[in-house]
Amino acid sequence: MTMLKNNEDKRLVLISFITFMLLTSFSAFSAPLTIHMTYLKLHKPHSPALSNIIKMASDSGYQGAKLAIADSNTTGKFLQQNFTLSAYDFKKPQNLLTRLKEEFNQGKAIFILDTPLSLLKKVDLWAQNKDILLFNISESSNLLRSSQCLITMLHTAPSQAMKSDALAQWLLYKRLNKVLLIRGEKPADITLAKSFKRSAKRYGLKIIAEKPWSFNTDLRRNAQQEVPLFTQTSKEYDVVYVADQAKDFAEYIPFNTYLPRPVVGSAGLESLSWHRVIEQWGAAQLQTRFTKLTARYMNEIDFNAYLAIRSVAQAVHKTNSASVSALNAYIKSPDFKLAAYKGRKLSFRAWNGQLRMPIALVHPHGLVSQSPQAGILHPKTELDTLGFDQQESRCGTN
Amino acid sequence: MKIKLLVGLLIIAQSCLATAGDLAYITNEKDDNISVIDLQKQKVVKEIPVGQRPRGIILNHDQSLAYICASDSDRIQILDLNTEEIVGELPSGEDPETIALHPNGKIIYTSNEDDAILTVIDIASSQVIAQIEVGVEPEGLAVSPDGKIVVVTSETTNMVHWIDTKTNEIIANTLVGARPRSVQFTQDNQLLWVSSEIGGDVVVIDVASKEIIKEFNFTIRGIHRDRVQPVGIVLSRDGQYTFVALGPANHVAVINRKTMEIEKYLLVGRRVWQLALTQDQSQLLTTNGISGDVSVIDVSKMKVTKSIKVGRYPWGVAIRHSQ
Repeated sequence: MTMLKNNEDKRLVLISFITFMLLTSFSAFSAPLTIHMTYLKLHKPHSPALSNIIKMASDSGYQGAKLAIADSNTTGKFLQQNFTLSAYDFKKPQNLLTRLKEEFNQGKAIFILDTPLSLLKKVDLWAQNKDILLFNISESSNLLRSSQCLITMLHTAPSQAMKSDALAQWLLYKRLNKVLLIRGEKPADITLAKSFKRSAKRYGLKIIAEKPWSFNTDLRRNAQQEVPLFTQTSKEYDVVYVADQAKDFAEYIPFNTYLPRPVVGSAGLESLSWHRVIEQWGAAQLQTRFTKLTARYMNEIDFNAYLAIRSVAQAVHKTNSASVSALNAYIKSPDFKLAAYKGRKLSFRAWNGQLRMPIALVHPHGLVSQSPQAGILHPKTELDTLGFDQQESRCGTN
Repeated sequence: MKIKLLVGLLIIAQSCLATAGDLAYITNEKDDNISVIDLQKQKVVKEIPVGQRPRGIILNHDQSLAYICASDSDRIQILDLNTEEIVGELPSGEDPETIALHPNGKIIYTSNEDDAILTVIDIASSQVIAQIEVGVEPEGLAVSPDGKIVVVTSETTNMVHWIDTKTNEIIANTLVGARPRSVQFTQDNQLLWVSSEIGGDVVVIDVASKEIIKEFNFTIRGIHRDRVQPVGIVLSRDGQYTFVALGPANHVAVINRKTMEIEKYLLVGRRVWQLALTQDQSQLLTTNGISGDVSVIDVSKMKVTKSIKVGRYPWGVAIRHSQ
């Protein structure tokens, strides 16, 4: 290699070198992207119930999120996109809020929230006008989708209205029009019953009686004596709907009613976003991946968390961007389509951030039906016959 | 009159001969068996018990053997088509769903749905040569007619992975619509057809550039677009047609490959899944998962002529020309 003789040669080499560096930095391969997501959970106090044999797994939601990260990274490795998750749980709402703010100040901007209504509202207030992506995976309150909207939030948990509409459509299809409504006396039960009453009205079902359950007897012993008496009414009914959020007494109603009738709601036929019996459209494979990972079945909260993370990943795969504002815009755009093992593409409602989805109607060991029911019509998509449609919601567009 | 009768008889005989003795093998996913349909008699003549949850089925090149993915038995079974008995097995890894044979007849590829893997098996030695990590839920499989590339789709990763058959390494990946299912190469190795079940489309990819050059979306009167879920694809050897099974739309789409336009939709059974053409390309068979039957389509008339009841959830179909 000859020595550079003069300044002109040196300048030429320098320019060539700089050009080479510029060219390689704008090469066909983009730099690898890392997308970080944070899972935040507030412990809910356990509601006292007659039977504690069947418990919800304490890591519900989190395991669904973990599986979603794994699935997203399988795709991501072909696209040079890497997804990571950190998870924290708290007993006090204030501590969760503090951690959320800390994480955000460190540059983390995608949060999966397993928290109740009051805390979600506080988060929403703080999050406004920030470049942030928030997902509600467990709170199903109708208020959030109709009158107390959270502008910053996307909901992958279906609302109570979606679930009770799903049930009401099935009752309509089966011509089980006369309903005996039984509800607990706790505020949560009254709220559940209210949602069902709204759905019953929408679909023309008749509630022939509403009976609050106020017994203190041990139903584990007395169900066969107590329940028939309680469900003996002057009017005939086709079906019994039970509103018992904590499943305190609900499971003792089926097969014990005075008239032999199907039981729906909090026991018997339940209306859920996910259940272990869902197999079709590749769901069997998702179920298998989950049980291999956790040695238990995937539940609703797991699935809602899975959907939240997959929504982000889908946006990243399609936009090849880690910018939260770009991802937010894509998720809310008409191009966004989420494949969610339910046989059709899902998308978020523009007016209240709710993920539209078919709802499964299940008994403990089998899938009975899926709503929206065949024959229910809608000008745009029958998925919007479940829950609060645009004109029924006071939420504006995001 | 006599001459007309004779000519008529000859014509009937001719059309019978065309499919005389052609046998279609249908895997019944929930019955753990294969229905054998005699296409001349147009009915099931035998049921052969196989392993658990049989799905993908292909024939070897001389059509003496069938290879069947017994998914829940975690193996590929080898069925002797003359004796109609299982004569062997190939190691496949867990949950093999689909299967493709290299043109050299020596190597079999299978997708392991639960493990995100493509397994490469040497038939003679019954050994797994390689396992390639692909995307989540691999399904569609095809080897290019020149044997150079094998492609596999990943249903949850929404990709087509292109693999060099010499090195068994992924050389490229193409993002397609949601839940890609089947892949088929054209005979000249130039194009790859890919169906996306939830995306609702079929795309045509240029093999050289690995880029999508055409997209088909299907509109059927009276059928909601979300029910249009393309799964199986079959291409006619003469380059004339592509047939696409549209799942819960209960129709098969007929695409004219010369004009690259959708020509017709044929109503078949419920949840139409996979399809196959007879060797002379005169008949097309479809498996209809939910109605548990097979539809027979006369290709020259483009009409569905018969439905034949088989087992529960018919999945795959392979047709053997009369020997």
